[in-house]
Amino acid sequence: MADVISYREAVAEGIAREMRRDPSVVCLGEDIGAAGGVFKTTVGLFKEFGPERVWDTPISEQAIVGAAMGAAMTGMRPVAEIMFSDFLACCWDYLANEIPKVRYMTGGQVTVPLVVRTANGGGLGFGAQHSQATENWALTVPGLKIAAPATPADVIGMMAAAIRSDDPVVFFEHKALLAAKGAPAPPDHVVELGRAAVVREGADVTLVALASMVPLALKAADLLSGEGIEAEVIDLRCLVPLDMSTVLASLGRTSRLVTVEENPYQGGWGATVVSVVADEGFGLLDAPVRRVAGECVPLPFADALEERVIPTVDKVVTAVRTLTAY
Amino acid sequence: MEPAELLAAYERMTVIRRTEKAAHDLFLQGLVKGTTHLAAGHEAIAVGASAALRPDDYVFATYRGHHHALARGATPEECLAELMSRATGLCGAKGGSMHLTKASTGMLGSYAIVGSHLPMAAGAAWSARLRGTDQIAVAFFGDGATNIGAFHEALNLAAVWKLPVLFVCENNLYMEYTPIADVTAVPRPAADRAPAYGIPGEVVDGNDVLAVEEAVARFAARARAGDGPALLEALTYRHFGHSRSDPATYRPAEEVERWLKHDPLDLARGRLVEMGVSEAVIGEADDRATSLVQKAVEAAKAAPAPDPDEALTGVWTDGGAAWRT
Repeated sequence: MADVISYREAVAEGIAREMRRDPSVVCLGEDIGAAGGVFKTTVGLFKEFGPERVWDTPISEQAIVGAAMGAAMTGMRPVAEIMFSDFLACCWDYLANEIPKVRYMTGGQVTVPLVVRTANGGGLGFGAQHSQATENWALTVPGLKIAAPATPADVIGMMAAAIRSDDPVVFFEHKALLAAKGAPAPPDHVVELGRAAVVREGADVTLVALASMVPLALKAADLLSGEGIEAEVIDLRCLVPLDMSTVLASLGRTSRLVTVEENPYQGGWGATVVSVVADEGFGLLDAPVRRVAGECVPLPFADALEERVIPTVDKVVTAVRTLTAY
Repeated sequence: MEPAELLAAYERMTVIRRTEKAAHDLFLQGLVKGTTHLAAGHEAIAVGASAALRPDDYVFATYRGHHHALARGATPEECLAELMSRATGLCGAKGGSMHLTKASTGMLGSYAIVGSHLPMAAGAAWSARLRGTDQIAVAFFGDGATNIGAFHEALNLAAVWKLPVLFVCENNLYMEYTPIADVTAVPRPAADRAPAYGIPGEVVDGNDVLAVEEAVARFAARARAGDGPALLEALTYRHFGHSRSDPATYRPAEEVERWLKHDPLDLARGRLVEMGVSEAVIGEADDRATSLVQKAVEAAKAAPAPDPDEALTGVWTDGGAAWRT
């Protein structure tokens, strides 16, 4: 086993492991076959599993996700790729109206065990229609599970859990993490959905982050440590199921909360986290909560502009300083 | 069809007609809430197609799907109980009129976003091929769906992969309240689009159960043989308006009269008589249908309302609705 694996390699590895163990796992999407995916996240799958199980589709997002749904309803476990998460809007009917509701509105007759994978987020200068962090879109829909791993090992472990899930999962792979390297995942590595990880321990403040915001929060924590502030960093990993017990337990130790999220402040997942804390953990707090989040603008192109509107290490450090001084 | 098969089809169509009338009456009595989109007049399409399909084939329908559910094995009692919000309803009263589903008989759902289910049918057909069965999938949809993006995406996807799926358009001439001809660039909204996807397209008299059965059987055999999808446009007419709030006064009187004279039940009855089936035997089928639906109405009325706590079950496959751990 290699010493390290990249996040992008982990995506293909995670899918391949499930395709090897379960013949009902199939993939479909644009350019995922011989081309190996525009982000090279499906490299090797076409060669190993062939065109029947790794289906290159036309640019037809409605048909991709709709067909995945039909296949999932009839005995398969499809893994559909929507290239950029911005394009989820093109098949939003399936994610908002069809997939998450059909089990409920049929009185439990029909289940939809599928995964919709997509490359999420900004930081790479792709402009307003290829850079959004859209996990909060899915968060508004009852019936979707939402996974957003931050490390290669988690990509593999959470991919296994997502594909094995009998419920539909939207799986956000962060574009800014694709080249990141990390420890490989052991055989049969499965990370249960809905289990957050405490990725750094600290007694002064809790930073709750997701996907690319996790390494950013860790960098901020390192800087703060030099100032004598020890931050506990929680990688949420999933938005649904949302592991609030880990967050509340951490607040019991730190009494201060900062959420670090890339999606826009209004409607972002951090609002849900802090609202639960306000409902159930107000007594744990010794300071107001702070949310470091994206600004409410379309993502601009230039680096200087993009950095201005999405979270940065400096913004997190500043937010934490204001809380510890409170 | 042999006379006995046609008689069975006639009886099933009559059950559907009586059930639709019952749904209409129950709505007026305040016993069906929300709305209904009745398919009276469309019976021959559902019944003719079902006669040509195998029990393990998949069917996807629209919000106007009572007839497909009934043709595919749902009972009038479970359908009416669903419409009347009873615990014994087909979907436990979580679906309602627009979402009748009976997965155990291959009726994989009624979808109320126009055209959304066509890609699903393509996916079910893909699944059948991957699993090595020779099942096919059928998507029934209205003429209005032919102008939805998902229609075109599904047709191309199914055609390029030669998927065993049959697209059946129930063209009742009106896209909700608007004549389909007024909003569509080709005269046959479904069949005329087939050449663009390199698949067969055909128009059939959707009120003639024999014609529908013959066309569906032919295209189903073709799909099972691996020759890919087809598009069937079945011409028909709604006896009621688009939904319960629509008296359909926009339809010309002579058009309504012409189509009501071309009633699918009357047509089937005429064919039965031509085949030598006696009026008495046909009358017995009518009586059985009437009795079945009457009993269904009474049973549904007597059924209990669902336990309100059921609203919080069944989102997830673990049975619950919890979104946090």
